Amino acid sequence: MQRYILRRSAQGLLAIIVISMVVFALARVTGDPTQVLLPDEASEEQILQTQIEWGLDKPLHIQYFVYIKRLTRGDLGNSFKWAGVPASELIAERLPATVQLSAFALLISAAIAFPVGVLVAVKKDTGIDYAGKMVAILGQSAPSFALGLILMWVFAVQLDWFPTSGRGGLSHMVLPGVALGYYNVAALMRLTRSSMLEVLDTEYVKLARIKGVSERRVIWKHCFRNALIVPLTYFGLIGAVLITGSVVTETVFAWPGLGALVIEAILARDFTVVQAVVLLFAFTFILINILVDILYAYIDPRIRYS
Amino acid sequence: MAIVALPKRGFIDSLPGGPAVTQGLAWARRYPLLPGFVLLFVLVIPAIFANQIAPHDHRIGDLDLVKRPPAWIGDKIAEQTVVQKQDRRVARQGEITLSSATRRMKRGTATFLEGGGDGTVDVGDKLRVVIRQGGTWTYPLGTDKQGRDILSRIIHGSRVSLTVSVLAIALGGGLGVILGLLAAYKGGITDTLIMRLVDIKLAFPSILLALVLVAAWKPGLLTVIIVISVLLWARYARVVRGEAMAIMNRDFIDRAQVAGASNFRIMARHIFPNLMNTAVVLATLEVGHVIILESTLSFLGAGIPRPTPAWGVMVADGRELIVAAWWIFFFPCVAIVLTVLSMNLLGDWLRDKLDPKLRNI
Repeated sequence: MQRYILRRSAQGLLAIIVISMVVFALARVTGDPTQVLLPDEASEEQILQTQIEWGLDKPLHIQYFVYIKRLTRGDLGNSFKWAGVPASELIAERLPATVQLSAFALLISAAIAFPVGVLVAVKKDTGIDYAGKMVAILGQSAPSFALGLILMWVFAVQLDWFPTSGRGGLSHMVLPGVALGYYNVAALMRLTRSSMLEVLDTEYVKLARIKGVSERRVIWKHCFRNALIVPLTYFGLIGAVLITGSVVTETVFAWPGLGALVIEAILARDFTVVQAVVLLFAFTFILINILVDILYAYIDPRIRYS
Repeated sequence: MAIVALPKRGFIDSLPGGPAVTQGLAWARRYPLLPGFVLLFVLVIPAIFANQIAPHDHRIGDLDLVKRPPAWIGDKIAEQTVVQKQDRRVARQGEITLSSATRRMKRGTATFLEGGGDGTVDVGDKLRVVIRQGGTWTYPLGTDKQGRDILSRIIHGSRVSLTVSVLAIALGGGLGVILGLLAAYKGGITDTLIMRLVDIKLAFPSILLALVLVAAWKPGLLTVIIVISVLLWARYARVVRGEAMAIMNRDFIDRAQVAGASNFRIMARHIFPNLMNTAVVLATLEVGHVIILESTLSFLGAGIPRPTPAWGVMVADGRELIVAAWWIFFFPCVAIVLTVLSMNLLGDWLRDKLDPKLRNI
């Protein structure tokens, strides 16, 4: 097990290094950052001075090593667009909003997906089952910006139940939370359904029923707990879905989080901020995946990594 | 196990490329074509015949008919009393200023209810005012803020989606199949390298990678196609590698080797045809994914640039008018959802028919 964790961590580190190189190289291709820093009518001299100031006059690989050296000290570099503000400060400012929204979305999706997944499994091949399937398929066919805008139009513009955008109290969180969590609802529901069906068919469930255990107890105590393992593995993917989703959903609902920040930074060619956020996202994503794999082995002792 | 119709020995087989033809025929005979028609009607026909089908020009709008609602929505009418000047702080419902009433009267969008005996508008008259004109069947789904027909733009937009999906999947899928085959066949260091690359690619949230890539180049059709194919290849490589490894254990590969077939020939003529089912299923399942990616990029302003009527761009245009003119964002959304939905259903159906073991992906 220790060897497995070590190997996965090494692989993760390698992935992050490669990603940092790719993003670093790509960001430099997007154009000269001095154009962002200086007005159009800047003189040659000013441009040169700014380049020296920001270390942009050095060759690319030297710039990369400087970047890595600073990174190990926790310095993510300064933003071009937001006049020299450290990227880490910008991230720290925006991170709580993203964490809040993602946690809320996760909560919503779990609260909807598990009960409904159990319900459609128990009511297999009835109208409820088909309706659940249709809703899930429909949901997975809608891009999150379309879903977000339709939700906004129905519940904020027409019905006026929630505010259209921005960050504030709980009511501000409902629409973006649902838009962000919906994709997970569909996937989690399907997984819960199929693994519930599997468990419902096992011998020990039949035995419990023969013993006269109440149906409710059979479903929630005997089946649901065992069926939960499969959907839990999916939580590794949820990290990716939430990160991807947050970029779009935050833009649609003007939610001041990291996703909106990275879009602004990309459109403004502010590559220090892009690099910082992308690295953070990649790191989170890889970490979640490793943790889930390890956790999985603890939940289900039949799984052995070698 | 790949369920592949083994070609019957016969005339076609003796032709160059014959086995593939036999296989294609057997395939077409075995499965009905219904989902193909669905695909045809949703995406392909409107895209190919966009110029013939679209009722209006998708680039130039009628500036007299800006932001018209869909045809079934009638005039929005209100009774308003004419006042000299409007107090902005008080609710304006039921009041209209003298100047705007005169203007509307001239245009014919207001008629007298009370007063107006002398033919001119005076303070205190009651008017029946058309606040927003209804739709006409000339523009079934309404017009956008430049007066362009939304239906025509959606029809032309399907061209973008079709082009991007076909080319991106051909490019990304082709690359993935080749790399997967190589990894399985060569093994050793090639395999390790390719599969590590796949891991790294899959460890990265795709929309973010796409955004960075598009920003690095100029947004445009070609960029979007290349970027999306960069996102697609990894999944193909992984699945194809697994499949190819299973096929390589079969006897006919050993026999081909004994018979002196070259590596290329074994890969191209003996392994590759057996991967076709998997590749087709994966390709169909990916179309929906590609359409979502493309429209998301366009929506975020990092995809197809204006004025090309990509669906994502249309939604982005309609977004700011969500309160005043919902139809501008709504119908492109419906087009995306319906297309992706039908492609997903088609993909599921194909997978169940051709390659049930792919169910988990």
